[in-house]
Amino acid sequence: MTDVLGIYNYWIYVILMMIGLYGVIAKPNLIKQAIALGLFQTGIFLYYISMAVVDGGTAPIWTTIDDGAQKFQGPYDNPLPHVLILTAIVVGVSILAVALALIVNIKRSYGTIEADEIERMDHEDRLIEFRAGQAPDAADDAEAHHHA
Amino acid sequence: MLDLRQVPDLLQGPGWQAHLPVLIVTIPLIFGVLTIATGKGWKPWAWATAVTGTVFYLALQLIQRVLASPTGMVSYELGNWPRQWGIEYRVDALNAFILLIVAGVGFVTTVYAKHSVEKEIPADRHNFFYAVWLLALCGLLGITVTGDTFNVYVLLEISSLTVYALIAMGKDRHRGALTASLRYLILGSVGASFILLGIGYLMMITGTLNMQDMHERLMSVPGILESRTVLVAFALLLVGLSMKMALFPLHMWLPRAYTYAPSAVSALLAATATKVGVYMAFRFMFTIFGVGFSFITMPTTLILASCATAGILVTGVTAIRQTNLKRLLAYSSVGQIGYIVLGFSLANVNGVAGSVAHILNHALMKGGMFMALGAIVYRLDRCDIRSVRGLGRKMPLTMAAFTVGGLGLVGFPLTAGFISKWYLVQGCLDRPHMWPLAGVVLLGSLLAVVYTWRVVEAAYFQEPDDDRPVKEAPLLMLIPMWVMIGASVFFGINATFTGKISVTAAKALLGVGP
Repeated sequence: MTDVLGIYNYWIYVILMMIGLYGVIAKPNLIKQAIALGLFQTGIFLYYISMAVVDGGTAPIWTTIDDGAQKFQGPYDNPLPHVLILTAIVVGVSILAVALALIVNIKRSYGTIEADEIERMDHEDRLIEFRAGQAPDAADDAEAHHHA
Repeated sequence: MLDLRQVPDLLQGPGWQAHLPVLIVTIPLIFGVLTIATGKGWKPWAWATAVTGTVFYLALQLIQRVLASPTGMVSYELGNWPRQWGIEYRVDALNAFILLIVAGVGFVTTVYAKHSVEKEIPADRHNFFYAVWLLALCGLLGITVTGDTFNVYVLLEISSLTVYALIAMGKDRHRGALTASLRYLILGSVGASFILLGIGYLMMITGTLNMQDMHERLMSVPGILESRTVLVAFALLLVGLSMKMALFPLHMWLPRAYTYAPSAVSALLAATATKVGVYMAFRFMFTIFGVGFSFITMPTTLILASCATAGILVTGVTAIRQTNLKRLLAYSSVGQIGYIVLGFSLANVNGVAGSVAHILNHALMKGGMFMALGAIVYRLDRCDIRSVRGLGRKMPLTMAAFTVGGLGLVGFPLTAGFISKWYLVQGCLDRPHMWPLAGVVLLGSLLAVVYTWRVVEAAYFQEPDDDRPVKEAPLLMLIPMWVMIGASVFFGINATFTGKISVTAAKALLGVGP
């Protein structure tokens, strides 16, 4: 039992990630997809932070004792994953910023941010492009083929 | 013959070459950002050309240092921090080769980009375009030189973010560029997150981020390779990397992205981005996990070879049906990635060598073909099968470049594609019970004949819709295009250079002696 519950951070990270992944796949609203992507990445941040924990560990910084001498109050947590995740958070924020910028532009060009409607419009665009690109003699065959 | 030891050393200063690995990344990073300040007109382009030219020169210097080095590699510790704590850049024959491809193609496409960008992107955004362009190259070059796994992730995200922006810059021609970019962003970020998670698991069990240290610890600690942590790390990395290199069926982002991106961007991406993804797969599978674990303990050969096979055949058939030529080439690119993956999934010298050689050959051919399409867009404003009718007489040099590139995709003798497919078929025959895969390689070539022939037929044997005169593409587009196509023919006729370096790299990856 403690084997399962003792590592509850890891359960939470997996659950968070899966909620995010579900949102990315299942939500038609682009903003919700961006939020879900953020959740997915946050799960990973939690994983790295959990990995850094040492039993009874403290922050890895010099502490001043009463007599003025500086020394480590070890044991301390592994600082490396924290630093890595600081970088990953910046990356995550940048991705979110780019995603939102794209969504704003999509709203301007398509008039909607619902993925299924955009998909339909894209499909129509592609059909127009496909027909315009065909050689004239082949166009009739392909038309028939498309309806069949 | 191409002797890289003869490249003259322009800067005679003492010891500056020790810093080559890091200069290759920092120069496009710093000067890329400064591009925004270069103003309007031709200046951002000239600036970007100067920067990429410098990087190409540095890459030539670096490969000659690597080849001359007694250990066969150059190691650089950033800020003099030992590799246990700091980031190590580590360049061996394989890196140096991929680096040369990325830097070379980067330089040539930058030269090419001038007219194409003037045509396809509003004038007030050229400085931003070239800034993002250089940052994308910085990310791709960085992934290639670094020997630190977390650094791979960071540079991967630098290149991905900038590539999303570059694709979205096609929005003024077609709104599809926006959705293509967003779709790539979501899939790409999920893929990169899997890679980050895989790196996390590896770090958890080995306690290091350095690739070489990881490998040594995975090999030396008994029982570590059987632990579930390593298995999960491998699975996560395999999925993440397959997404990044657009291995079928995780390629869904690629066709739209290449179709709607500005033409110069399509040429750059087709030649470099997925190739760097394949390079990452090499590093993780061969250098970190080792051949024994990646290909004997785990059923990687089965998984990758079946994905690659399906990819080659399905995308070949899909490409035949396309009318938009950029989309046609995009599907063909997914198929070609299939060949590259098929090669290294065999895990024998000929297969991996074919894979490495095909990275170069496909970069040259597909880059050159996308450049030809860019030239057609420049003159006709579109590039579909209808618009190229009769174009063989109106734009003879452009269509000839496209045709020679297409012959390379088919694997016609005397083109570079023939050399890599030769190695691939050899690799398939070297593995017991794998000979049907050689048939797949040949069948894929047959499909390439069909989709290339459709374009060639339209260009040379059909009458145009109207008699409007069309001028040949400008010289600044033709020269880079023919440099790429010419190089692919050169490496097809004189296979000593590619053959030697790809067999050396393959033997080093497989650890079977020099």
